[in-house]
Amino acid sequence: MKASKSNKLDRRTFTAEVLKHRNGALVIPGLGSPTWDCYAAGDSPEYLYSWGGMGLAVPTALGLALAQPGKRVLALTGDGEMMMGIGSLAVVAAQAPKNLAILVLDNESFSETGRQTGLTSGKADICEIAKGMGIARTLLVREMAETGALIELLFETAGPTLAVAKIAITDDAWKLPEKDGAAIARRFRNALGLGAA
Amino acid sequence: MTQAPTAPQHDWSSDVFAAIKARDVSTVCTIPDGGLTRLLKMIEADTAMRLVTLTTEEEGMGIVSGLWLGGTKSMIAMQSSGVGNCINALGFPQTLKAPCLMLVTMRGQWGEFNPWQVTMGQAVEPVLRAVGVKCFAVDKAEEVGETFVAAADLAFNGGLATAVLVSQRIIGAKGFGQK
Repeated sequence: MKASKSNKLDRRTFTAEVLKHRNGALVIPGLGSPTWDCYAAGDSPEYLYSWGGMGLAVPTALGLALAQPGKRVLALTGDGEMMMGIGSLAVVAAQAPKNLAILVLDNESFSETGRQTGLTSGKADICEIAKGMGIARTLLVREMAETGALIELLFETAGPTLAVAKIAITDDAWKLPEKDGAAIARRFRNALGLGAA
Repeated sequence: MTQAPTAPQHDWSSDVFAAIKARDVSTVCTIPDGGLTRLLKMIEADTAMRLVTLTTEEEGMGIVSGLWLGGTKSMIAMQSSGVGNCINALGFPQTLKAPCLMLVTMRGQWGEFNPWQVTMGQAVEPVLRAVGVKCFAVDKAEEVGETFVAAADLAFNGGLATAVLVSQRIIGAKGFGQK
């Protein structure tokens, strides 16, 4: 039996609720669906929309967290991208930025490419992997009622922290933001008060 | 043509380290290589610098981009085999126009003893060029410093991906167990 049948969270409702409480945190959404989710929740120059580079959401968020220790940073990724870049959790643990949180939207499938079954539908457990890599504070979320504890973990608890949210496979309207990477990066840096490269 | 034994080699690692410090590059991502040993030791010993050890070199493309987004200059140092791990990920900093400075010590090139290194070693420059990285190959120890400076300034002033390829002729082609 596929575990995904027990996944209930509606990704758009859930991510909108999480982002509503980000309190100025900078967000690095992974390519594809997490980027569409962010944009659907309301545009912000503090979102670095991504259309490519699978596996890089966590490394990018790590770099940003190291450069901006006074700002909270959230990597918002999916299970496929997290598994592709799973080694980066060891790098995060080693660098141990207190301002970094990771939220994995886990629908146990490659939903962007046709809902092919993903590895977290079977035996791979990202929270356990994260603990093994040295990220002590993790949380598995299955219900909207648990978002209070989640928001605390993501935006208040000393990092690095990681949460996995079991989301349903849903048909969501594509919400496509700006795709000019240089424009996205420029806007993001401007929001931090940084000038041109 | 064989090379006769020469005088002690010019210390290119110190030249690169000085250029790193002069440009306020404060973070270096790496998967180590024998040829990088001296430079990595200098970085590790400098309390104002951060060394980020990776699990695979492609992570460096994200970390370097994230650091730049947050206003910090950084670079990545790797062996030539690691270049192969970076190819798709190189689209990330380049699309953002984030500077991506790569220091690559070559294998599979000059008197390589290990045939398993040759496939990637020989492909490094054409593959990097194919994905838009500006390459600066250098085969004299005295010229590594100035080449690194040129590549660094191009990367940081232009928001470009650049790579300095340090020839195995400089590093030396040694067998296992040799120091």
